[in-house]
Amino acid sequence: MSGKHRLQLRVNGVAHDREVEPRLLLSDFLRDELDLTGTHVGCEHGVCGACTVLLNGDSVRSCLCLAIQAEGSEVTTVEGLGSVDQLNSLQEKFREHHALQCGFCTPGMLMTATDLLSKNKQMSDEELREGLSGNLCRCTGYEHIVSAVRAAFADKGGDGS
Amino acid sequence: MSEAGAGNIDLTRPKIIGTSVKRVEDPRLLTGHGRFTDDVKLRGTLHVAFVRSDHAHARIDAIDTSAAAEMPGVVGVYSAAELDQMTSPVFATSKMKDYHATPVRALASGKARFAGEPVVAVVAESRYLAEDALALVDIDYAPLEALVDPELACDENAVKLYDDLPGNVLVSRSFGMGEAEAVLAAAPQTVSGRFRFHRKSPTALEPRAYLADYDQGSRALTLYASTQVPGIIRDCLVDVLDMPGSKLRVIAGDVGGGFGGKASLNPEEILVCALARHLGRPVKWTADRMEDLLSTSQSFDEIVDAELAVGEDGRFLALKADILGDVGAFSIYPWTAALEPMQVAGFLPGPYKIENFQANVRAVATNKAPMGPYRGVGRPISAFVLERLIDMAAKKIGMDPAEIRRRNFVREDEFPHKIGSGIVWDRSGFLDCLEQVIERADYDGLRRHRESARAEGRWFGIGLASYAELTGIGSRLSAAPGMPINTGTESATIQVDSSGAVTAHFGIASHGQGLETTLAQIVAEEMGVRLEDVEVVQGDTAAVAHSTGTYASRSAVIAGGAGTLTARTLRSKVIEAASHLLEADVKDIDFAESLISVRGTNKTMSLRELARAVYSQMGSLPAEVRAKVDLQASEFYDPHFGTTTCATHLAAVEVDPETYKVTIHTFVVSEDCGRVINPLIVDGQVHGGVAQGIGAALFEEVVYDETGQNISASLVDYVVPSAAEVPPMTVHHLDALAPSTLGGYRGMGEGGTIGAPAAIANALSDALGHLDVEISELPMTPERLFRVVEAAQAQKGE
Repeated sequence: MSGKHRLQLRVNGVAHDREVEPRLLLSDFLRDELDLTGTHVGCEHGVCGACTVLLNGDSVRSCLCLAIQAEGSEVTTVEGLGSVDQLNSLQEKFREHHALQCGFCTPGMLMTATDLLSKNKQMSDEELREGLSGNLCRCTGYEHIVSAVRAAFADKGGDGS
Repeated sequence: MSEAGAGNIDLTRPKIIGTSVKRVEDPRLLTGHGRFTDDVKLRGTLHVAFVRSDHAHARIDAIDTSAAAEMPGVVGVYSAAELDQMTSPVFATSKMKDYHATPVRALASGKARFAGEPVVAVVAESRYLAEDALALVDIDYAPLEALVDPELACDENAVKLYDDLPGNVLVSRSFGMGEAEAVLAAAPQTVSGRFRFHRKSPTALEPRAYLADYDQGSRALTLYASTQVPGIIRDCLVDVLDMPGSKLRVIAGDVGGGFGGKASLNPEEILVCALARHLGRPVKWTADRMEDLLSTSQSFDEIVDAELAVGEDGRFLALKADILGDVGAFSIYPWTAALEPMQVAGFLPGPYKIENFQANVRAVATNKAPMGPYRGVGRPISAFVLERLIDMAAKKIGMDPAEIRRRNFVREDEFPHKIGSGIVWDRSGFLDCLEQVIERADYDGLRRHRESARAEGRWFGIGLASYAELTGIGSRLSAAPGMPINTGTESATIQVDSSGAVTAHFGIASHGQGLETTLAQIVAEEMGVRLEDVEVVQGDTAAVAHSTGTYASRSAVIAGGAGTLTARTLRSKVIEAASHLLEADVKDIDFAESLISVRGTNKTMSLRELARAVYSQMGSLPAEVRAKVDLQASEFYDPHFGTTTCATHLAAVEVDPETYKVTIHTFVVSEDCGRVINPLIVDGQVHGGVAQGIGAALFEEVVYDETGQNISASLVDYVVPSAAEVPPMTVHHLDALAPSTLGGYRGMGEGGTIGAPAAIANALSDALGHLDVEISELPMTPERLFRVVEAAQAQKGE
């Protein structure tokens, strides 16, 4: 088997120093090595967006990324948002608006929405739908997801409407 | 029925049913703490990778696994030679005449019948290592002719998938009422067409995954499975593995959507169980998306030749249809190959009075993945065919599409009404849904908008579709025709434990529907406890003695009914115990929001105090009372026939004449799902169903080439609509009580997918009416739309 590489990175603020195979996907590293199973794998070819995480603040598909590409990076996964007892404001909006059903796409959807919220002051519904279009949801028909993210923008004081 | 209606609901207590309470499931799912099958990590787990047939149809002459078995990390390599020794094949039997069952096996035995069928399983220490070894497995195939065209597969000279069967037709049935042929022949007007719905994949976002754990000490096997039907799987595996049910437990934890694709027995779940027992270690398989698109059951692959006779007054006189279902490589367990094509026929007459009806149904095996249930099962095709014929008829006699429907609906005073296929509509708001859509969507305003758009040369159209379906089907009917298992009953067991906590056990298996919340709402309200005090256990065969799962829009109705009856029984036990403990008459005891009190006094007791008194303080109750007030109850509910859910969908679409891109301008649904338990959850179910209906109408198609290769096995090629393709939509409810179910609930999980394809097909036909285009094929991708328009223009030119 190919030799292992040293990987140092921070995930949700915690430093890790591991030896990994170069071919190990970031999604598998998170799920299998760190037991952060909130990051879901829905297609393994970069279309569904379920595995979306933030890499140094930018949303990436962790199934298209090797773990060693995250060397020296700060990775944020869904576990790095709020907790079961204290949801963050975006998670709370998802709950209020019933923006999740089976919950499988939800972690990726939250990470993409976090990215959109951090980089845009406000977004129209059309821009929001475009912004979320890289994350497939099979349950909700997106209506309630759009409402939740719209409400999160409103809360942030983007448009106040 | 004596338990009918919602008449005995106490109106003085605070309402939990009917309220959009926040879901119980959400905190864990929003924070990454859900527990999907692939999230379950057991020490020493082995991982499976499959060599799947790359031929659609081939004899398997030899398999050499020796090189793969030598790979580091590989624990074993298995083919049918081994698995046929460890398991027995499963047959989806049926009481139906002229039906031929086919075996379901863990691995292809002797022959491969579709590209993607599992042939060899490699078991290794990691998934990476198992996949590495796949390339070293050597299989000698002798390719056979691939049957891809279902009509050719019916030919008696066609190559056979199963040598021991008379041919490839697995089901052949004819039924009807009246004199359809004669009435059609003499009718003033007829419309007809050949309608083609292409194959779809359910495409739940979580790929299928199974993990089997065999405990050698107790000789017990636990299967963690992404399944909708843990009860059906457990009861089947008992025979396949020859183990008692007490040693076999199936747990469906969090399941990432199903839509029917996780509602059947799959070869891979047999395999992981057999190998876990054989190897004495946990064995896991998680599909990647390609495997899921290749091998998960598919659906909607139907050809329907249909004809409708109409009077000059718009009355429907007769309906006749020949239905050919392409059911793929085997007859799926437990639903059988009859499931979808028979449902197409059964629901074809829809919510209308049609006195003469004739249907001829065939289900034919081909070299494709097996057909199984998918959201709507048959009804999306029924609605597509009939609603298209209705619009064609309206156009022919110059009547508005809304008006022709009004004239033909079964009316309020005509319920219960038996349609030509034998299905009985108990009572439902057929006309009310149509009128509500007309009003709320501003039908007249849309028609004015259409006229002005057309004046500008734009291709704008409006489409209506009405449908009716049976939900919450009880034991007198079968979810699939002739199927030997009972899907019509549910039991619930609720207990107050010695700490006063309430746990409600159900046999259903939620996979996105929010049943942990809605069933808790029912139990809380019926019993008198706070929502947060009810723990719902479901998706686990250890929860109740008999269970099947969640499918066929049954759970809210049947499990809701069982939960209602059980909560009422337990409530009366709590009140009786309290009357002794608080020394008050039973009728003076109040029990609400988890607090027990004596009316008109300040005497109160918590459920915890009551439980401690009953279980632990032995002198607190006389022995004969203690025996009666054991703080648990178990009741059973059977809605016998089920109930009728209906809806009307309205779509307004615009087609870009340059690119043939379809934009959905308006989408409005009005539906009658009876009493609404949680309005937000109900809306969410409709939204999701409509989005899948939009996919079925415009985007999604499993494509097999002429050699039987699935050339759409990625999400690049199999197009699931994203937020950019799905329009905003509005949903309205009649909020009327269902007359024949306990609590007044109707099932509503599938309806969105039934109405949307038909409404969009009608809207597209309306938009392209000036080009003499009638949509008779779905999905209408831009390319297909372009070809349809070109063909109509060419015909016009001749």
